[in-house]
Amino acid sequence: MSDSSSVGIVVPQTVHFSEPLPLKSGAVLPEYDLVYETYGALNADKSNAVLVCHALSGTHHLAGRYSADDKYPGWWDNLIGPGKPLDTNRFFVIGVNNLGGCHGSTGPKTLNPATGKPWGSAFPVVTVDDWVVSQTRLADRLGIRSFAAIIGGSLGGMQAMQWTLAYPDRVKNALVIAAAPNLTAQNMAFNEVARQAIITDPEFHAGDYYEHGVVPRRGLRIARMLGHITYLSDDAMGAKFGRKLKHDEVRYGFDVEFEMESYLRYQGDKFAETFDANTYLRMTRALDYFDPAAETGGDFSAVMAKAKADFLVISFTSDWRFSPGRSREIVKALLDNELTVSYAELTAAHGHDAFLMPDPHYHAVMRAYLENIEFGEAR
Amino acid sequence: MSLHTPAQAHTHFAQTASARRDFAAIARWIAPDAKVLDLGCGDGSLLGHLRDTLNVRGYGVERADANVLACVKNGVNVIQMDLEAGLSGFEAQSFDVVILSQTLQAMRNTEDIVLDMLRVGKEVIVTFPNFGYWKHRFQLINGNMPVSRDLPYQWYDTPNIHLCTISDFDNFCRDHKIRITERLVLTDGKPVGFMPNILGGLAMYRLGNDG
Repeated sequence: MSDSSSVGIVVPQTVHFSEPLPLKSGAVLPEYDLVYETYGALNADKSNAVLVCHALSGTHHLAGRYSADDKYPGWWDNLIGPGKPLDTNRFFVIGVNNLGGCHGSTGPKTLNPATGKPWGSAFPVVTVDDWVVSQTRLADRLGIRSFAAIIGGSLGGMQAMQWTLAYPDRVKNALVIAAAPNLTAQNMAFNEVARQAIITDPEFHAGDYYEHGVVPRRGLRIARMLGHITYLSDDAMGAKFGRKLKHDEVRYGFDVEFEMESYLRYQGDKFAETFDANTYLRMTRALDYFDPAAETGGDFSAVMAKAKADFLVISFTSDWRFSPGRSREIVKALLDNELTVSYAELTAAHGHDAFLMPDPHYHAVMRAYLENIEFGEAR
Repeated sequence: MSLHTPAQAHTHFAQTASARRDFAAIARWIAPDAKVLDLGCGDGSLLGHLRDTLNVRGYGVERADANVLACVKNGVNVIQMDLEAGLSGFEAQSFDVVILSQTLQAMRNTEDIVLDMLRVGKEVIVTFPNFGYWKHRFQLINGNMPVSRDLPYQWYDTPNIHLCTISDFDNFCRDHKIRITERLVLTDGKPVGFMPNILGGLAMYRLGNDG
């Protein structure tokens, strides 16, 4: 299948870092790998690089396919490619799998060189701050002093914000989509239920299930089912499934009765096949712990004073897990610091998942913003 | 896009050359390098003009998707929100100038927005079509709702729900203890000094908090 707007066949790359990485928790990761993909070409003065940060279950595989008969492209293929809103004819786009992940970068299922066994429960808790530090090391390795833009949705948006705080001179534009300055108690509560589902699975074995030859599939499956409900809106689920029955009549039992149940079970099963439970625990904790305003006594405007980047903030009306109100808090903090910011509050039915959808207006706003980015050293 | 489509009525004002004849006059009231908030900023052309001519640091507020997109394209900072919800996202006295250009008459919470503008801005500029303009009066005497270059809508598709005359707005400011620091009345872009409430098509006010 040839498609001129696709980046085509892509190959992930792995880079090893032997310099220890001190983590926010106080733990130190002695050495690690990061797996990443790039699309487009880095220009001569290395000023056209764009980093795309992934969310909870994302990966470094943003766009393109691994082979001609690869069934699915990368997770943000609708945004990234030649002539697409994030135009790879113009930008050098990087996707990286975060530390603690399960798609190639060092994480709980990776062999710990010190023991020769998978890290498992011994893999430290990593934070958004730690990821950003690790991403700077990848940028250094690629010779990228500053990014034309850093883009992320949800947990990815938190990384984009963290970049502007920790490395204000290394990011010129931050595109923060469906994110929040921190998680609310309700939002963290969903994460806790998800983790409890995993941790109480008899096959979790305190996180060292690899050596038992099992995976806590039931827990991970329930965690994902719960997550899915919160990423969709009531309206979107209503439109997609309503009260549609799986069979012609009700059967008065506990097998799949409604189409919605079939969908959730399918999504849960698919996820449990490919994702690592220890990674899921750590990704949700990274979400919980993200709270840059903690260092300024809860004053988000005060902490955002560090940022120098220009911002595009986007939220979606039906997103109740990362509601528009939370994005407005980000915008307020940027305005209080007289930073350059635009904010689009997009009408969308798909809930939190809307940030991954190819809505024409959403993509037009992204395209318009990205087209106006001029290359050059970050201020 | 036709001016008379219902969709247009949902934007805060008509984005036309005629509706924006107040640009140059507004620019004369703004100091170079000022920090400006333009409420109902449309496609951002006023802010773009002020940026290019006066180097202002500007932010626009818009509700309509198409206008938000246009602002982003024009490189103008825009915050998508409904003005009717108020300006609680903006700190007190955080802008040198807050502008409400030809939007006042389309607001539901007219009184609240003017007072909120005076909270957020050290100075406020309000412009609106003068309903007391003789052409409007003449059409009304003839038995029809006025339609003019400044009021380019039919009664059934107009976004304008709080039309007022210059005299009405003077009274409003007096009753709310709002200081009028300058008033300019234009007809076809030219200043009107004589009987402005009859001969003026467009009213422009510079406002400050009294005391």
